[in-house]
Amino acid sequence: MSFDPVGDYPLGLRRPELVRTATGVALDEITLAAARAGSLVADDLRATDTTLRQQAAVARAAGRRQLADNLERAAELTTVPADELLAIYTALRPGRSTSAELETWAERLDELAATATAAFVREAAEAYEERRLLSDERAGQVRPLREGSL
Amino acid sequence: MNARVPRSGRFASRAEKELRQELLIEPWAELGLVAFDGPNDPEPELVVERGRVTRMDGRDASEFDVIDRFLVAYGLDLDVAIEAMALPDLELARMLVDVDVPRGELVRVARGLTPAKLARVIGLLDAVELMFAMKKLRARRDPGNQAHVTNLKENPALLAADAAEAARRGFDELETTVGVARYAPLNALALLVGAQAGRHGVMTQCAVEERRNLELAIRGLVTYAETLSVYGTEPVFVDGDDTPWSKSFLGAAYASRGVKVRFTSGTGSEALMGHAQGMSMLYLEARCVSVVRAAGSQGVQNGSISCVALALSVPGGTRAILAENVLAAWLDLEVASGNDAIASHSAIRKTAKLMGQFLPGTDFVTSGYSVMPRRDNTFGGGNYDADDLDEWLTIQRDWQVDGGIEPVTEDEVLRVRGQATRAIQAVFDELQLPAITDREVVAATTGYSSSDLPDRDRAADVEAADDLLARHVSALDVALALDRRGFVDEAEGVMATVRQRVAADYLQTAAIIDPDGLVRSAVNDPNTYLGPGTGYRLEGDRWALLQALPHTIDPRSLGGLPSGGEALVVELGEALRGEDAAEVVIAVGPAFAGEIRETINGLAHADVLAALVDGVREAGGAPRLARIRRVADVAFIAHDGARLSGSGIALGLQSKGTAVIHRATLQPLDNLELFGMSPLYSLESYRAMGRNAAGYALGLRVGPVPTELDNFARAKLIVRTTLLHAREARAVVPGAPPVELVLAAGTVPRLVPGSSQAPGVRSEL
Repeated sequence: MSFDPVGDYPLGLRRPELVRTATGVALDEITLAAARAGSLVADDLRATDTTLRQQAAVARAAGRRQLADNLERAAELTTVPADELLAIYTALRPGRSTSAELETWAERLDELAATATAAFVREAAEAYEERRLLSDERAGQVRPLREGSL
Repeated sequence: MNARVPRSGRFASRAEKELRQELLIEPWAELGLVAFDGPNDPEPELVVERGRVTRMDGRDASEFDVIDRFLVAYGLDLDVAIEAMALPDLELARMLVDVDVPRGELVRVARGLTPAKLARVIGLLDAVELMFAMKKLRARRDPGNQAHVTNLKENPALLAADAAEAARRGFDELETTVGVARYAPLNALALLVGAQAGRHGVMTQCAVEERRNLELAIRGLVTYAETLSVYGTEPVFVDGDDTPWSKSFLGAAYASRGVKVRFTSGTGSEALMGHAQGMSMLYLEARCVSVVRAAGSQGVQNGSISCVALALSVPGGTRAILAENVLAAWLDLEVASGNDAIASHSAIRKTAKLMGQFLPGTDFVTSGYSVMPRRDNTFGGGNYDADDLDEWLTIQRDWQVDGGIEPVTEDEVLRVRGQATRAIQAVFDELQLPAITDREVVAATTGYSSSDLPDRDRAADVEAADDLLARHVSALDVALALDRRGFVDEAEGVMATVRQRVAADYLQTAAIIDPDGLVRSAVNDPNTYLGPGTGYRLEGDRWALLQALPHTIDPRSLGGLPSGGEALVVELGEALRGEDAAEVVIAVGPAFAGEIRETINGLAHADVLAALVDGVREAGGAPRLARIRRVADVAFIAHDGARLSGSGIALGLQSKGTAVIHRATLQPLDNLELFGMSPLYSLESYRAMGRNAAGYALGLRVGPVPTELDNFARAKLIVRTTLLHAREARAVVPGAPPVELVLAAGTVPRLVPGSSQAPGVRSEL
């Protein structure tokens, strides 16, 4: 089915038939009646990588390159378990990782076919190296954590 | 110290005002305490060699900090940068306010501008130009608003009730937070249920630590997040325990779970955190919003946010805050424009600041309007709160501006609050959470604040909150719980949020969900403002809605003071000129004691006449009553009366109670004494007026009747005055001669026949 990133937005309204969950539930099957019947699974009820790539295409067609790139990374991350997402986020915080540790995460992302995100992590590692935002490899020390300072 | 230096009473009085609790400081650039044009702000600069940026804003590539590197890698669009950076500052500034330069062109050019250039150009706009630019550059066509929903007791019934009211009032997004972190799942749950009870489609968030937030998002208990802060200098970014890369990654992680993400930044944060590097607030904010766009966020909440009072301490602070909002919009970002943290102790000052965002309209005029009383706002903010709602609604009505809040009747508010509290009570019961009692339901529906609610077992609540996450309770479970207990509409609302999460349309720029479930964003509902007649205009049904406040009244219902009943005066035929040198004519207006029967102060006309007659007699005068029919203006009523009076003195009296003592030889608009404060007069006042009128007639020395002054009388009563005067004017009979009156009952003044007087009669009104 062709998808027109200019004319087909919002997908939920214009192209609901294109929107499915990971297990193939169609958008118009996500109803209270279906929930009552027990045919919906909570973990399944979120955007798929396909949908997020279509949203990325919509953003790109609207001239929003950076938002589109971010939505493409999001599409890649749909298959990354939540714990790993948070672990990668923590690894990217200043002073948390050595260059090698970030490279390990990049390789893990490559394994999960998250190649754009893997590249993003490698670019971070390069910048961190220059700006001394990596943890000290020899001492194995990380900067003291300051949780909740977001 | 010189004890003899006199103190001005006025300076001393002003020094006591709440405003003066705030410090105003001279700029101190070294600490970043300067709004615009910091002496250390770099010159705008971009050097591109063989497709690579080798210099930007005064730094060589080798000196780029983590922010510069990020901007160069992801933010700047080099295909437009050369063209855009070559445009003179003034030309760019003029484009921002040129009604013929469309938003799309401005956004295209901005993709190639460095932070220093952005700050330089925006700094060329004055206050009104900034507002106009904001109106042009807002991403979404319609302005919107976001609410804060919290309470000190973290009572779920009250959270649900406030969420429902906020949703019903038209807020597009609701944000809660926690006093105690472990409450997050319960607060998010209460917000979700309450919001959908108020209006389907309203998006909710719970501002908590990222891991917890992501968990809530995965369960579908929240739909958006705006906790991702960015800063304009590397040391502050790192002190915030993040980098542009980590924040950008987090944004993608949220989006991967179907969460709409908005970043947060704001002027003053770098100075507050001690590493402004001698740069101006606006320049550093230009770096922030550039990072936000480079990170791929669809939007930002900015406008100094929690640092607002710091930005306002320096000259131009208010202007800089609007400038940063405009910058974000120029970079094609959704803008939630602050106005949530308390900007000032002074209602005047903070509202003057608000106008910058309120009048042009932003995607979210506030980043959180406190729908509950301020002390229940656990964000530590509450710039505008539940007690200010009527003011907000009235200002919308005054300016014909849509600030995103709708008037709702008390009955309807109570209905949605009741519905929401019963719904969350049912959900708590179904999900085996600590019971919400009927007493809490009632108090949350009708109470003023959390003080009206009973205390809950907080230990039990936080344990239940942990358990809720451990049991993986999701939005689907919430919908089913609602459904089982008959809250089908709310269940449908929650299911609709689930569908939206699957379709992910709300990840596009400036997305909101309208009551019909349609996502409206900058993609399908872009701001196309190009001057008068275009873009969003508050008119039609929406304008009718926003002008009809619950306490608006039909002036026809006010016209109003009772008429009819027994006759108070009897008309005896045309009044002629009197001969008695002691005569004082009491000349009343056309509607007096007829169509209108009491003054604006509620004094019966019969009593007023009796008091005047008494007063005239007390001072030795001879009162005589006449009605002037040709005119309703008090000066002419009095002057016409004076020309009938044997002494040449009359007291003219309008039906609403305004009086004038006049002399026939004066010009009509001159007078001896004017009593224009009719709402303040008692019968004793009228008696004193009568005495004075007689004094003038008898040629005695007369001291003016002491009058009080109520400076607010006009504001309070001008509408009633207008309506009363309209009734008086309707009773005018053009050209009709005056008629002699007597009181129908009680004291009858002595009647003095006289000759008719014709010259100079003119018809008015």
